[in-house]
Amino acid sequence: MTYRNDPYDPKQVALLDPEALDDAVAQAEKAFGAAADPDELTSVKHLHLGDRAPVSLARREIGALPPAAKADAGKRVNQARAAIQSSFDTRLVELEKQQAQRILAEERVDVTLPWSRRPRGARHPLTTLMERVGDLFVGMGYEIAEGPEVELEWANFDALNIPPDHPARGLMDTFHVDKPGLVLRTHTSPVQARTMLTRQPPIYVVVPGRVYRTDELDATHTPVFHQVEGLVVDEGITMAHLRGTLDHFARAMFGPEARTRWRPHYFPFTEPSAEFDVWFPAHRDGPQWVEWGGCGMVNPRVLRACGIDPDRYSGFAFGMGIERTLMVRHGVGDMRELVEGDARFSRAFGMEV
Amino acid sequence: MRVGLSWLREYVELPAGVTGAEVEAALVGLGIEVDGVVDQRETIKGDLVVGRVLEIEELTGFKKPIRFCRLDIGRAEPQEVICGATNFAVGDLVPVILPGGVLPGGFEVGSRKTYGRISNGMICSARELGISDEHAGIIVFPADISAKPGDDARPVVGLDDVLFELEITPDRGYGMSVRGIGRELSHAFGVPFRDLGAVDAPGATETPAYQVIVEDTVGCDRFAARAVRGIDPHAPSPGWMTRRLTAAGIRTLGLAVDITNYLMLEYGQPMHAFDLAKLRGPLLVRRAHQGEKLTTLDGVARVLDAEDMVICDTGFDEAVASSGVGVPISLAAVMGGETSEVAPDTVDVLFEAAHWDPVMVGRTARRHKLFSEAAKRWERGVDPALPLVALDRAVRLLIEYAGGATDGAVLDLDHVQPPTPVTLDPGLPARHIGVPYTTERVIETLTEVGCTVAASGDVLTVTPPTWRPDLTDPADLVEEVARLDGYDKVPSVLPIAPPGNGLTAQQRRRRSVARALAENGYVEVLSYPFVGPAALEALGIDEPAVRLANPISDEEPLLRTSLLPPLLATLRRNLGRGLRDVALYEMGLIFKPRPGAGAPPEMGVERRPTDEQLAAADAVVPEQPWHVAVVLAGEAEAAGWWGEGRPAGWADAVEAARIALDAAGVPAGRVQIRNAEHAPWHPGRCAEIAVDGVVVGHAGELHPAAVAGLELPRRTSAMELDLGALPVADVTPGPRISTFPPALIDVALVVDAGVAAAEVERALVAGAGELLEAVRLFDVYTSEQLGADRKSLAYKLTFRAPDRTLTAQEAVAARDAAVAEASTRVGAVLRGA
Repeated sequence: MTYRNDPYDPKQVALLDPEALDDAVAQAEKAFGAAADPDELTSVKHLHLGDRAPVSLARREIGALPPAAKADAGKRVNQARAAIQSSFDTRLVELEKQQAQRILAEERVDVTLPWSRRPRGARHPLTTLMERVGDLFVGMGYEIAEGPEVELEWANFDALNIPPDHPARGLMDTFHVDKPGLVLRTHTSPVQARTMLTRQPPIYVVVPGRVYRTDELDATHTPVFHQVEGLVVDEGITMAHLRGTLDHFARAMFGPEARTRWRPHYFPFTEPSAEFDVWFPAHRDGPQWVEWGGCGMVNPRVLRACGIDPDRYSGFAFGMGIERTLMVRHGVGDMRELVEGDARFSRAFGMEV
Repeated sequence: MRVGLSWLREYVELPAGVTGAEVEAALVGLGIEVDGVVDQRETIKGDLVVGRVLEIEELTGFKKPIRFCRLDIGRAEPQEVICGATNFAVGDLVPVILPGGVLPGGFEVGSRKTYGRISNGMICSARELGISDEHAGIIVFPADISAKPGDDARPVVGLDDVLFELEITPDRGYGMSVRGIGRELSHAFGVPFRDLGAVDAPGATETPAYQVIVEDTVGCDRFAARAVRGIDPHAPSPGWMTRRLTAAGIRTLGLAVDITNYLMLEYGQPMHAFDLAKLRGPLLVRRAHQGEKLTTLDGVARVLDAEDMVICDTGFDEAVASSGVGVPISLAAVMGGETSEVAPDTVDVLFEAAHWDPVMVGRTARRHKLFSEAAKRWERGVDPALPLVALDRAVRLLIEYAGGATDGAVLDLDHVQPPTPVTLDPGLPARHIGVPYTTERVIETLTEVGCTVAASGDVLTVTPPTWRPDLTDPADLVEEVARLDGYDKVPSVLPIAPPGNGLTAQQRRRRSVARALAENGYVEVLSYPFVGPAALEALGIDEPAVRLANPISDEEPLLRTSLLPPLLATLRRNLGRGLRDVALYEMGLIFKPRPGAGAPPEMGVERRPTDEQLAAADAVVPEQPWHVAVVLAGEAEAAGWWGEGRPAGWADAVEAARIALDAAGVPAGRVQIRNAEHAPWHPGRCAEIAVDGVVVGHAGELHPAAVAGLELPRRTSAMELDLGALPVADVTPGPRISTFPPALIDVALVVDAGVAAAEVERALVAGAGELLEAVRLFDVYTSEQLGADRKSLAYKLTFRAPDRTLTAQEAVAARDAAVAEASTRVGAVLRGA
């Protein structure tokens, strides 16, 4: 390449001709416009902006011009080059935008496709219902008390004012362990005794738990079921406090319209005693009273057997079946569905009740 | 017990128009459960009228006699009815149901052609009307009834009552009688009570009705008897009596026995009728001798216990009497014996009305599984003031309906203690109920239930009536005040509890574990804890277990020592219902017997047992830790449009253990997992899970033999952890998060095939030092090049310093230290080195 030293040649400076430069700009714009995507655009860039591009060659010819013409020619070349560069840049932005849009369109998927690679798990509604009851009372300042399921006969019966020959013992349908003095607890009430044996009032506890009676499984009975029991022992506790607590509990479980109704009843461990019904407006079969549980004022004999002074303290206790509560609240018609462990049943409830 | 309104009206002046529903509500309000109400008037629908037979035409040519009758039913034209019975004549009054009527059992009566004639209705038998089992002929009314043809026949046949099926709580023995229910209704309606059980009756005469000796006056504190001689043995029981007995569900068994049952229903006083001719000598009331025998009325030969009480006949020869103290003829208070019972030929009757110890009767009834109507009443408490009243009524009824006579002799051996007065602070009801009862109101209510109340100073002395042995404590009196005043008057006041401490650490932990497993695809179930030897044998579990004396099923007499046997049964049930990919979890107690534990100490209830007694008692109670378990079969990940599925297996089970431990707040660094052999797992695919070196459970694939034995799918896997053995989570120190860039280095280590990955990782962690932030095994590789018993483990190591950007040299030095430690501990060789 020796042309730098070539003498001035009018043919060579033809590239500096304004028309030629305009043509170079026009050619470039045309070529950029024809590019379909940024890659294509980039592949033709050197033809119009590269070393061998007309504007680049034209710049080299400036040296061949008389000094007076150089400034003018330089200005023209720069303008032409700037126009081409601008055209390129504009087109690049345009094509990149088009390409991005095309990719987004191409990447569209069917978002309704399932992604059930791992099956969902679930809690059992009896457990979550017991937790919910526990949470309600914990929120009121109660604590959750627990006890063994194979229990001392003394705690299950004697301490609760059910002496060995009491007719109520016969009504309990007890599972006996083949060792003396042990039974499967027939109710959560022995935990009342255990609580009072180990702490002094004020006592505010709820006891959710599993209990056992020798009933065959059918649509309304199961030998293994769950109860939740409440016990309050404090100074000045009255049956009015019991009603207030049950009304609050009923509203939390069955809605703001719920209320309770009492029927006198007999439990050896409470005196006075009552069974109570709850008014459930959202019942599957229409608003109605539903039998819910038993309650009463803790029998002073029970307080005494557990080392609490009945002259100073009084208390109330209440209890109800969790299965029954769930069946009523959720319209479950058959006890067997609660105990058979069919995964479809738990899944229907998910993580909460 | 079942009782009709008409009978109750003999005791209580109920308002004339009171409905069954009103009575039901009143009973429920006083604590008497009503299981059912039957309005007898509604058991037959349509027109049931009195008809007078005008004409009978005998139809011939049929297999049995058929009568075509014309009856006057008070209408212009006679009613024409076909009848298959022949026990009536022209002029008789009979019950007729007219077309459109419906008999009990849904039998619809219409006009229909039968035996060549049109029959417009039906003349009814007692069975057809549901009154009794009598079906030998139709009902013919006595000629002297006041009803005219066309009148409603229901009151005439006795179908005009409302029956209540009542459930009596164990504390209210008096409620098992018309007398007791009538008294309750008088409270509810505020109407007078007519106590036919508290009337004068002839007392003991110098010469007793029969010679009786009561040896045990604790078991039998009253024994009374009267005799009626020379009755007509064939005299039937009057219709009103059999109707009430039938309505109460008691069979009629002849007049003398029916009278005892009738009076038991009315007064609540069980009685017995002996055939005097079958008694040989004086009667002796005593405890049975151990092993003594008696055949009771139900035909069962019973072997008696020394606590049972018997009535014996001492008139037998010494040779017959086993021990010279008489031959038992009745299991006292529970059931009579075969030999002395009244029979269809009995002409001389001895009625007995006694009072027995409720505890004794309850034990005898349970021991012999004889829960007779009498035993149910004795156990709940019978009014000891009733015997003479009941006897007098029995004697009069028997003479009225069967003739005979009484000699006026009355036996009454009375050792009854009067009721013990209870001292009551009149303010106690208000303090315990929260209703401001005045002293006057307290006295009023207690008097109403039959107590005698004497006020002196600040206290009331309350003497309960003889029929209320349940009123022994002030609390019992408080209940009566609240009950009669009305539970609905108790206001609703929410007590304010003192601040609590929330859930315990163990309670929170159980919830976390449960939720974590559910969130990882496991479905919670709650299985029965009963297991049987068959399942344990199939699983190879051989541990001592708690055994039930009276299991629901003899096949499953044991309590679970592991959650798995019942949980696997639940898994199988799910699979049997067509579910294929099932992952279940359960959380619950398991039961570990205390070998060699004896009986718990005797602990009374008069005061708190001592701490020593309680500790000794609790030492007998089986240990019952909380466990959590999972079982899984089928695919852990399903096949789908995304690609292949992945079968569930041992690794899922082990991961479930890691998930549970993590949720329980046990840091991964304190968990050790190693291969172990433990039933019921596959010996080569069982992980032993330990925390701080203490084994807390196992996980992996179940033993193929166990899986086959329980008919579960191949590769079924399981995990079980003892939550009780986990340390309670410490306070976790907050981590220091470095913001400097990490250095990532991969290493591949070749080790013997038998080396556990966990050991290699432990070595790397130990060797790498504090700069190691994370280590992750990303490939396990075997090849011929490596050798048959070698494997390559590829780890990604992340190094990072808390205070600077690591240099390459630092990172490499740490890597080299890690590899060196692995080399030392497990003979690891850097692959390619």
